[in-house]
Amino acid sequence: MDWQLLWFVLLGILLAGYAILDGFDFGVGMLHPFAKGDEERRIVLNSIGPLWDGNEVWLVTFGGALFAAFPEAYATIFSGYYEALMLVLGCLIFRAISIEFRSKRPEAWWRSTWDSLFFMSSLTISFAFGLAVGSALIGIPLDDRGIFRGSILDQIGIYQILVGLLSVSMFLMHGAIFLVFKTRDDLQQRMIRWTRRGFVAFLTMYLVVTTATWLWIPRAVATFEHFPYAWIVVVLKFLAVANIPRCLKNHNYLQAFFSSCCVIAALVFLLGVALFPNLVTSSPVSENSLTIYHAASSEMTLKIMSLYALIGMPFVLGYTFMAYRTFRGAVKLDKHSY
Amino acid sequence: MDVLLLSRLQFAFTIMFHYLFPPLTIGLGIVLVFLEGRYLWTKEIIYEQAARFWTKIFGLNFALGVATGIVMEFEFGTNWAAYSRYVGDVFGSALAAEGIFAFFLESGFLGLLLFGWDRVGPKMHFFATLMVAIGGIFSSVWITIANSWQQTPVGHEIRDYVVNGKVYQRAEIVDFWAMVFNPSTMDRLIHVWLGAFILGAFFVMSISAWYLLKGRHLEFAKRSFTGGLLLATVSSLAQLLSGHSNARMVSEYQPAKLAAMEGIYETENSTGLYILGWPDDESETVKYGIEVPGMLSFLVHDDFKTPVPGFDQLEETWGRPPVWITFQAYHLMIGIGMTFIGSTLLACWLWWRGTLFDQRWLLWYFVFAVILAFVANEAGWVAAEVGRQPWIVYPSLVNGELTGGLRTSAGLSEAVRAEQVLGSIIFFGLIYFLLFVLWVTLLHQKISHGPEIDEVDENDEYPSMKKAFE
Repeated sequence: MDWQLLWFVLLGILLAGYAILDGFDFGVGMLHPFAKGDEERRIVLNSIGPLWDGNEVWLVTFGGALFAAFPEAYATIFSGYYEALMLVLGCLIFRAISIEFRSKRPEAWWRSTWDSLFFMSSLTISFAFGLAVGSALIGIPLDDRGIFRGSILDQIGIYQILVGLLSVSMFLMHGAIFLVFKTRDDLQQRMIRWTRRGFVAFLTMYLVVTTATWLWIPRAVATFEHFPYAWIVVVLKFLAVANIPRCLKNHNYLQAFFSSCCVIAALVFLLGVALFPNLVTSSPVSENSLTIYHAASSEMTLKIMSLYALIGMPFVLGYTFMAYRTFRGAVKLDKHSY
Repeated sequence: MDVLLLSRLQFAFTIMFHYLFPPLTIGLGIVLVFLEGRYLWTKEIIYEQAARFWTKIFGLNFALGVATGIVMEFEFGTNWAAYSRYVGDVFGSALAAEGIFAFFLESGFLGLLLFGWDRVGPKMHFFATLMVAIGGIFSSVWITIANSWQQTPVGHEIRDYVVNGKVYQRAEIVDFWAMVFNPSTMDRLIHVWLGAFILGAFFVMSISAWYLLKGRHLEFAKRSFTGGLLLATVSSLAQLLSGHSNARMVSEYQPAKLAAMEGIYETENSTGLYILGWPDDESETVKYGIEVPGMLSFLVHDDFKTPVPGFDQLEETWGRPPVWITFQAYHLMIGIGMTFIGSTLLACWLWWRGTLFDQRWLLWYFVFAVILAFVANEAGWVAAEVGRQPWIVYPSLVNGELTGGLRTSAGLSEAVRAEQVLGSIIFFGLIYFLLFVLWVTLLHQKISHGPEIDEVDENDEYPSMKKAFE
């Protein structure tokens, strides 16, 4: 494996980590309106209260690592998706502050305003990330310097919207399963019902998007010829998807959550396989695509960064494990809660 | 309006808003570590109560710092794509290090710090606080390294690389440690830290002084105030030395920046130091200037007679930054710094005499001085960043020729149009205005509410017993 490929894989791991961790935050945000009354809403909010910030760091680090490892791709993607990224930034800000500010005043109008912003931003971000993935698979018009030459309309289409809906339904399911651990009694029963609804929505969109990808994006499947062992992941992903309803039926939510984590990781992996060797696919002129070899930093930088990852990642996993362990189990509200 | 101006405005606006929070959380982080450490050491409950109070305020500031910080990381790519392509190899790796070594540490322990009071023991909580504070400091280390490399770039080479068969140039790392410890890193880092400590200390003193004036939470307020005062006095004095060292470093590596800071249009035999003034580009003079003759020569060269070069010698090679903004920001920063040295020394003297808390006028000054501390931090940033224009990556002079720089105008995104940037300025303008109002309102509310301390504590012989029956 060369350094460029290693960093392509490591970025995939960062992205998968982000999607799994912040994914349930988005799901929690989308399910927040279904909590009734202030106490239930606080429980739902506090289920991610001590964790969301750490989850978001995976995105920040993904961005930094993309900048450092593949500056060409970073520059092209970020300047190309200008409007979309401003929208994402707005949502990230609103999500963060609605978590932080909601509890600070008792008035009903204050709380319901932040509640709706929390819901809207979680939903919009989930959809926007899906759109971005769809757009990455279909490709955007690049010139021979790898600069985006088009408008926002080149980034939105039926396929992208379908992937956006897949992403919404996936995070909804993921968040609902997470909330089952964090809630009790009536609220928990409602969340259990949402795990099933979420799964049905996810399964539907998953089948639709898989079919659409197969039909419309032949190059997404072509890479499998180079990496035949990637089929193993496809099989594992099917098993993980199939395992979710089984676990939900048996009320084995830990395994269901683990399965939905695996599904997300597998989808990110397959995204990587579908893109490879491109980081940014150019369409219609596919020769202008930015591959991991065009777009990469010098090997020196990639080596330095690998050392960062080697030193840093065990610590990161340690902090993450510790934070989740400390705040495990159902939410108990106290005076420090949001 | 053109994309360049709009993008610069957007960057200045978003980073100045962001920069309200990181120095404050770094400074407050130190305060929290101190308070919790004191609590573990002395077991006096007042320190724990104080730590809990400041933690709530810390949490609010931290959330805003995080929310506005992501914007900065994105903007390098959205608005400055050509710059990102040019420096990604060097600058990007420092930014990635910030993510992996600082942000994860901070955020991993933040939950424990904010919500862990009743879940973990005091030692573990202290450890979490320490880790969050260290995370903040690590973060400032890496971001200052990244920025300092742009100001005084070394440890890299400009090399060709190929995209789709065409050859382009970019900076690539050849010596990692040289890049990290580039000529300005240590000077600037210490300056940034001291600025953060001063801000944190003045913030604590402001709120404490207000409680003292209102006669509330007196014991808590006195201890907080004096702790803040010590930190502020030491940091302000140290900042004077650090500033001097910085100015010398700038004179060596960024001569045009120094000329702009001091308004030196023409090189004279002996260069004076302006205390105040109004630089005028048209007449190329500093109007209404109050000048100490020969002082700048002395500060830079230890000698009143060695000239400091002005734009007549520098401009052709280095270009000219916007002089008025750089000059005023720089002088504002120094003026506030001097005020801080005077006022903290006075307060220390009065404290020693035992009359500090009777001086209502001085306490009122400290209530508002925190605004000056914010302004000084921002002004320092403006002087540093506007003063390096027209360069986004400063060039270095090798054998009389400039090499390796990148002009700000050459760093823009080609894919982005003026109306997109304008739209985003309006968008962030609205969001940040809302955030600012909320921030001030909620701070005010938290301060009015005050720490959770029984007001009778000071006279109560059995506070812990009373607590047990509650």
